[in-house]
Amino acid sequence: MGLSKKISLFEGEKGNIIKITDLNIDGIMRRRLLDLGFVPGAYVEVLRKSPLGDPVAFRVSNTSIALRKEESHKILGELV
Amino acid sequence: MSNFRIALCGNPNTGKSTLFNALTGLKQHTGNWAGKTVEMKKGVYTYKNDQYEIVDLPGTYSLYSNSLDEEIARDFIVFGNPDITIVILDATALERNLNLALQVLEMTNRVIICINLIDEAEKLGININEKLLMRRLGVPVIKISARNKTGIPMLLDTVSRVISGVIQCTPFQIEYDEETERKIKILEPMIDRIVGHDISARWLSLRLLDGDRQLFEQIEERKARNREVLINGATFHKTKTGIK
Amino acid sequence: MELHSTKQKQALNELFQEADLLSSTQIRDQIVGQLYRKSHQLVKEGVSFTKNKFDHRTEKLDAIFTSPVFGFPIMLVMLGVVFYLTIAGANIPSSMLAELFGWVEGYLTLFFTELNAPDWLHGVLVLGLYRGTSWVISVMLPPMAIFFPTFALLENYGYLPRVAFNMDRLFKTVGAHGKQSLTMAMGFGCNAAAIMSSRIIESPRERMLAILTNNFVPCNGRWGTLIVLASLFMATGFTGGMKTIVTTSVIVGIVLFGIIITFLVSWVLSKTALKGVPTHYTLELPPYRKPKFFDTVIRSSLNKSWSVLVRAVKVAAPAGILTWILANIQAGDSSILLHIVQFLDPLGQAIGLDGFILMAFLIGLPANEIVLPILLMGYLSTGALIDVDGIEDLKKIFIDQGWTWLTALNMMLFSLLHYPCGTTLVNIYKETKSAKWTFWSFIIPTGIAFFVTFLIAQLARILNWV
Ligand SMILES: Nc1nc2c(ncn2[C@@H]2O[C@H](COP(=O)(O)OP(=O)(O)OP(=O)(O)O)[C@@H](O)[C@H]2O)c(=O)[nH]1
Ligand SMILES: [Mg+2]
Repeated sequence: MGLSKKISLFEGEKGNIIKITDLNIDGIMRRRLLDLGFVPGAYVEVLRKSPLGDPVAFRVSNTSIALRKEESHKILGELV
Repeated sequence: MSNFRIALCGNPNTGKSTLFNALTGLKQHTGNWAGKTVEMKKGVYTYKNDQYEIVDLPGTYSLYSNSLDEEIARDFIVFGNPDITIVILDATALERNLNLALQVLEMTNRVIICINLIDEAEKLGININEKLLMRRLGVPVIKISARNKTGIPMLLDTVSRVISGVIQCTPFQIEYDEETERKIKILEPMIDRIVGHDISARWLSLRLLDGDRQLFEQIEERKARNREVLINGATFHKTKTGIK
Repeated sequence: MELHSTKQKQALNELFQEADLLSSTQIRDQIVGQLYRKSHQLVKEGVSFTKNKFDHRTEKLDAIFTSPVFGFPIMLVMLGVVFYLTIAGANIPSSMLAELFGWVEGYLTLFFTELNAPDWLHGVLVLGLYRGTSWVISVMLPPMAIFFPTFALLENYGYLPRVAFNMDRLFKTVGAHGKQSLTMAMGFGCNAAAIMSSRIIESPRERMLAILTNNFVPCNGRWGTLIVLASLFMATGFTGGMKTIVTTSVIVGIVLFGIIITFLVSWVLSKTALKGVPTHYTLELPPYRKPKFFDTVIRSSLNKSWSVLVRAVKVAAPAGILTWILANIQAGDSSILLHIVQFLDPLGQAIGLDGFILMAFLIGLPANEIVLPILLMGYLSTGALIDVDGIEDLKKIFIDQGWTWLTALNMMLFSLLHYPCGTTLVNIYKETKSAKWTFWSFIIPTGIAFFVTFLIAQLARILNWV
């Protein structure tokens, strides 16, 4: 622990790979995110921002999923 | 000539409707985006003198429904009593797709796993050892390309052999951590008593631990409706004879 | 029986209580976590990668299609190109069909005269049923037969989710769901089907927004009207390729106007009747996949064209007959049709239209396809029968009825904005299960349609533009 600082997915730069540690979201959205592969321990790559800056597309379990800022900044992980 | 019913489920955009069209000759709309199909659609094909009713379902990421289209899919898999459930997986994103397949295996035992988009996977240099997956999962695993219509004869043959019992499925059951397993053991007999054997009690225990009460209310509702049909049917009969 | 169900309920409650004791908030995470671990393990054992496993083509294309600089212009160009192809390609087949039907009509009339058939029979069958149906087919079929395959190619290629990705931010601003772009895209084909497709939106509030505003996307049934009017009245003075380009620009402008209204209405509703903050949103961006060209083209054009024909016969035929009857049964000094028209005329004039146009929209409630044919039949029933051989001949009829560019513009806007067609309304009721919201889905667009056209008509008159 303490090796790398935690950042949210939203703060990730294009090309960053982030290992998910926490999901600070509850309810249906949490379930949906888990189903899509945003599980703790999973590696997520930041793919690109949409033209207006939000949402951002991520690569997770080899698929590309776009999330809005509201959610992506509640998903935390370590930069690898 | 017998009739069988097949459910076609899987993640969104994995080619379910394309396979449905290939099998039935119908023209379900397809599109390269998640959520094209939002309704159940029935079609029929015959194979070796048997008639198969096949149901194209909306895509779903898990058996936990979030939106109406997903709920339609889940309800059919759970309550529609298909003779066989075909789970279509996207060969280029197997990890996430297997997540759903594992859930279906927990729920019902006549399952065929169909790995679609194999042509795309080959282009990307993805090689899938379906024999190994078959051994691990305990059900037939077949590679197809619904769009190029490869692997379809094999699929049809497997469907008929699973139905006739030539192929026995022993779906892999995921073993959870001790604590979860202990909880399942407590709930399973209770559920068995209330719901009966139609739906896997193990799977229902998991749903319940997960907080899905709605599913149970739905089961109750369905039962009540069935009873009503029985009763009303009976009274209808009586009045009819009464008039006589 | 009662006893049984209460006992059952009790058992269920006990079960729920037990489950509550056992359940914890982390259990879902644990279950899914373990499922994913298993999937991961299976993939590790059963799948090998011989190449670099990422799909670079998709990445490169996304860099263009969702680029901050080109993303939006490309969407506009795509829209333009689809419409351009549709308009340019439909032109000749449309007039050929119209000519063909006109030629057949001559023989039909001859046939009826030979048989000494009564005038009313010829009227109902040839001037009513046959004309109504054949106009619908010649005006609607060619654009559809081009639009649907073009759109299906884009759809199967994977472009639509990129539109949703680019546009999401705007939808978020007005409190709507980003997948509304997808339901709107479906609306170009058919609003009734698009209402069903709104099921992909999880949150009821945002789904309702998508349902209530879908009508502001012109469906195929309205395109014929839009294209004909734009090319007759907006692209005057241009010929050949330039004419098509001007017509296309007008249509794109109309579509953009509809999109702006969609945003406005969504925004107002989000602040009032459907108050709430945008809920969660996830959107999958699949890899681009080259569609099977011939399969896609043949299937979508034949399939759709066939359903259009069926629909045309189902709706246009009775409407054609009805219009003919209304126009030919006299009540007092004029026909029933004229009575209706005269009644509607003041309202029509106030919004830059006339009584005939409003009547056509009324009879056109079941399907937008028939509005223009009904209008023409109405106009023709007043004067000497003119033979309409080509689309250009239509203009003469309109001008004779006192049309100006304002009439055309306002009819286009009214068509874009007015109430959804009957099938769409039925679907809205089925999907929302609410008479109240179905009612609003009728009133909101209609109110806006009257308001906008009224404003434009008054402005144009005050400024002496017409
Ligand atoms: N290359 C390739 N493309 C395929 C194959 N099967 C389907 N597709 C394409 O994948 C896309 C999705 O296919 P659909 O059949 O609409 O998928 P679906 O599973 O019904 O999707 P939903 O209804 O949204 O759940 C379409 O563009 C198809 O043309 C295949 O075997 N190979
Ligand atoms: Mg489908």
